[in-house]
Amino acid sequence: MKQYLLSIYQPDGPPPADLDLKRIMRDVHALRDEMKRAGAWVFSGGLHDASTATVVRVNDGDALITDGPFTEGKEHLGGFTIIKAADLDGALDWGRKLATVLSPLAIEVRPFHDETTH
Amino acid sequence: MSAHDIERIFREEYGRAVAVLVRRFGDIDLAEEAVQDAFATAVQRWPADGVPPSPAGWLITTARNRIIDRLRREASRDDRHTEAALLHGGSLAELQEEAVDEEIGDERLRLIFTCCHPALALNAQVALTLRLLGGLTTEAIARAFLVPAATLAQRLVRAKGKIRDARIPYRVPQAGDLPARVRGVLAVIYLIFNEGYTASSGERLTRDDLCAEAIRLGHQLHELMPDEPEVMGLLALMLLIDARRAARVSTDGGLVRLVDQDRRQWNRAMIREGQALVRRCLARNEPGAYQIQAAINAVHSDATTAADTDWRQILTLYDHLMAVAPTPVAALNRAVAVAEIEGPHAALTIVNALDLDRYYLFHAIRADLLRRLGRSSEAVDAYDAAIERCENAAEREFLERRVTELR
Repeated sequence: MKQYLLSIYQPDGPPPADLDLKRIMRDVHALRDEMKRAGAWVFSGGLHDASTATVVRVNDGDALITDGPFTEGKEHLGGFTIIKAADLDGALDWGRKLATVLSPLAIEVRPFHDETTH
Repeated sequence: MSAHDIERIFREEYGRAVAVLVRRFGDIDLAEEAVQDAFATAVQRWPADGVPPSPAGWLITTARNRIIDRLRREASRDDRHTEAALLHGGSLAELQEEAVDEEIGDERLRLIFTCCHPALALNAQVALTLRLLGGLTTEAIARAFLVPAATLAQRLVRAKGKIRDARIPYRVPQAGDLPARVRGVLAVIYLIFNEGYTASSGERLTRDDLCAEAIRLGHQLHELMPDEPEVMGLLALMLLIDARRAARVSTDGGLVRLVDQDRRQWNRAMIREGQALVRRCLARNEPGAYQIQAAINAVHSDATTAADTDWRQILTLYDHLMAVAPTPVAALNRAVAVAEIEGPHAALTIVNALDLDRYYLFHAIRADLLRRLGRSSEAVDAYDAAIERCENAAEREFLERRVTELR
C-alpha cells in the first residue's frame, strides 16, 4: 500500500453565507468513517484560516519570523487527509469522494515517498 | 533484409515488447532500454542470420534476458530495479526459466491506458503514446509537434516519473471507469490525427506521418478492443478523412476544399475500409460521436461529385450528433449542412448564435455564408477575423485568396 496526501484548497476569508456547514461537516465525518472501515484512513485534520499562519525561516542560524501564509494567492490549504491506497486510481477514488462532499473545492492528490525506501 | 526493413519491424513490435516487459518488471525505462538494446543486436544479426520466425518473440526474449542479466549483476546492490522485479514476483532463477517458456501475451492495452491516464497532462499523454506504443523517437515526436527535443524529452521524463512515483496503475480500468477512460484514449489518438491533418501551426498544411501514426494506433486499439463501437467509429472517421489527403492539397501546397476536390484522387481502399467499419459499428446500435462523424464522412465519400452529396442524410446525422454530443463545433458543422438544404440565411442565423469567437473556422464559415448572401463587406470582415485566428499558413493563404476575390 502507498500513502497519499489529499489536500483541500479553499478560498481565503469566511465561507459564503448560504453554505450549509453542518451538512458538510456531517458528510466529511461520514466519509472519514468510511475510510476507516475500508482501512484506508491514516490521518486527517482541518486548519484555521491562512491568515493565522506564521512563517519561520533560518538563515545563518538566525530565525526570521514573519506573518504568513507562505504562498501568495487567494486560495490556501484548508485541511488534509492522509490515506493508504494500492495505486493512484485507488487514491483518486477517495479524492473524488472528498471532492463530492466539499464541492466545488478542489482536492490535490499527491503521493508520499515509499516508506521502504526511507 | 535492409536496415530499413528492420526499422519497420522494430516500429511495429516496439509497443508490444515494451508492454510485456513493463508488465513483468514494473519499470518503463528499464523496459525501453532493453528493447532498444535488443534492436541494436537485431540490426547486427538479422541481415546475416535472417529474420526470426517471430520477430516480436525474439525481441522480447532478447530484451528480457538482457534485463535478467542486468538484475543479476545488480542483485547484490540495493537497486530499485531489483526491488521492482521482486515486487512483481519471482526470483531471478524463476524469471530466467520463464523467459524461455512463457508464451508472449499482448499487454499493449494496459500500456495504452497507462499512457493515456487522465492524471497526466494531455501533451504528456500524446508524447508517451507516440513514444511507447508508436516506437517513435523523442526527436521525431518533437519535430512533429515543433517543440525542441529537450523540451519533449523533459516532458517524457516527468510523465514517467509521475507514473512511477504516484503509482499510476498498469492495467485496463474496471468496467465502471472503462467508458470514460476509453474516451480519453480516443481523444489522444484523435488529437494526434488532427495535428497531422491540419498542422496547428507552421507552413505545411498536413503532417502526414502523424495521420499515419494515429491510424496505426487506431488499428491497434481496434484489434485490442474489437467490441468497442466508438473505437471502430474513430478508426473509420480517420480512414475516411485521410482517404481525401491527396485531393486536399494542391500541387503548390494550398488547401483544396471538399467541394472543389478531384474525387478521383481519393484513396478508394481506405474509403472501403472506413465504410465497412461504419456499417459494422452502426449495426451495433450504440451510437457515439465518433461513429456519427464517421457516418457523415461516409456519406461524403459516397458522392462521385460534390453536387451528388446527400445533404439531407448528412443533416439527419448532424441532428443525431447534436443529440449525442451537443458541442458548439458540431452545431457549426451542422449549419454547413443547413446552408445546403435551407440556404445560407437559415445557416447564418444558427452560426450567429454560437459562442465560438476564438475558433477560426467559425469566422471562415460565417464569412462564406455572408459571401453567398452577397453581403461582401461583412464577409471580408469575417474572413479577416478568421485569418487573424488561423495559425496554419496554407489555410491562411486560402482565406486570403477568398478576400482578394471579394475586393
